[in-house]
Amino acid sequence: MTVLVYVEPDDELSLQAVGFAQAVGDVRAVTVEGDYQPAAWAKALAAEPADAIVAAGSDRGNELLAHVAAILDQPFAANVTALEGDVVTRIRWGGSLLEQARLHGAPKILSVAPHTHAAAGAVATETLKAPDDGSPKVLERIEESSGGVSLRDAKVVVSGGRGVGSAEGFSIIEELAGLLGGAVGCSRVVTSAGWRPHTDQVGQTGTKISADLYVACGISGATQHIAGCKGAKTILAINDDPEAPILTHADYAVIGDLHEIVPAISAELRKVRGS
Amino acid sequence: MRVLVCVKRVPITGGRIALTEDEQAIQSRHLGFTISPHEECAVEEAVRIVEAGGGETVVLTLGPAEAEEQLRDCMAIGADRGILLQTDGTDWDAQSTASAIIDAIGGEDPFDLILFGNESADAGGYQVGVRVAYALGLPVVTGLKKIEPRDGAVRVERDVGGARDVYEVPTPAVLTVLEGLNLPRYPSVPGRLRAKSKPLAVSEPAQPVQGLAKLRLVLPPGQGKQAEVLGEGSAAAPRVVELMQRLGVA
Repeated sequence: MTVLVYVEPDDELSLQAVGFAQAVGDVRAVTVEGDYQPAAWAKALAAEPADAIVAAGSDRGNELLAHVAAILDQPFAANVTALEGDVVTRIRWGGSLLEQARLHGAPKILSVAPHTHAAAGAVATETLKAPDDGSPKVLERIEESSGGVSLRDAKVVVSGGRGVGSAEGFSIIEELAGLLGGAVGCSRVVTSAGWRPHTDQVGQTGTKISADLYVACGISGATQHIAGCKGAKTILAINDDPEAPILTHADYAVIGDLHEIVPAISAELRKVRGS
Repeated sequence: MRVLVCVKRVPITGGRIALTEDEQAIQSRHLGFTISPHEECAVEEAVRIVEAGGGETVVLTLGPAEAEEQLRDCMAIGADRGILLQTDGTDWDAQSTASAIIDAIGGEDPFDLILFGNESADAGGYQVGVRVAYALGLPVVTGLKKIEPRDGAVRVERDVGGARDVYEVPTPAVLTVLEGLNLPRYPSVPGRLRAKSKPLAVSEPAQPVQGLAKLRLVLPPGQGKQAEVLGEGSAAAPRVVELMQRLGVA
């Protein structure tokens, strides 16, 4: 079967989608030229003959396929991890739960969950044209001034939860993150309380990180939070509750009061570096 | 402005998810319920828009009879009335959900804005809002973190890794939003009391054939891992620093 794969230039997740599609059928990789215009681009993709239309389960991939599915009035399975016949396995709850479902319809429309398949090597890509159809398009792009290490790309993220207790309590989190050249993160409880801006939130509805080390201080480990931090290579939990769910996701733990432990780690780092 | 917000009742899952014996749902006997986080911001935004410029905020959900609780929660922070498309509690796929919403909107005066969360917390399908927009022939922009109503239009922004893209679309329009758009208020006690007597319209749409038909839920592998405890209290600091050195991040 012919699998049309939308490939975004220089995008690792798109190459993972190609890797997935190569195991399913004959891949025809396409991109679309010009400035991004979701409805017009989707119209161009939907017009191509295919047995399946696939993209990465990224913001853009999921958006484009939602448009394609609406144009063709066909089902769309987002964030699929496996396809056997017409049964998909897909992600729910940001990865805390999986669903098996029968995907009817033709073409099959599905996005590939990030980091569930190996990326394909270089792939020949055709370029489709998508004439401006008057649908919404970007009016202007405002570049953000980069203030320090971004949460998404940081090698180390030191994060605080309810246990930090207050906005001021984050000074010890900031200190440790600063010493490690890392970023400060937090849980949803913290942003809902207004202690930190939403841009600091690690979670299903915040940023999904891929740090080498994630230090979770006073974070219980709700599924909402785990969805954001499970991409970290190593997780260290600092928590006063040895029964906290975070300990079933963390690699290492220190049990006790984060208000004593975090400053002690900062002091130890300074001591080791000073000698 | 007349603003419609579509929300979904979901369990507050906490730290561990368990399934029902038939593997069709999350075991929710001991769980509370809420709406998806993105939708909390959609409701707050709608209420703010109507507070600033006048109009009406209507909140709609498709779900079991118990979903009235979530509609009342939305009314407690300022939505004016509710529409409950009542089901028997089984999942509806995105296509069926969208068509039920479209039918319900058909019986209403036109809305200037129809707001959705970008994706639901549970099913995460990323598509109901887009499908509704196409069926109504309206423009749609997804994944928004800023909404500014203008005269006959709306200026909106979305984050795109280190930058913000700005769109301006004529109203009526469909917008899907992300958490971080605003900081939702907590309902006040008077707000909760007022919500009890606000109008709620209930109908029972028939469930169509499911294009994406759930077979079963599965817990992902890797459950029940247990962290290695490095120590207790500040005495553990040297071992933590050793770990950081071993990982090459110290």
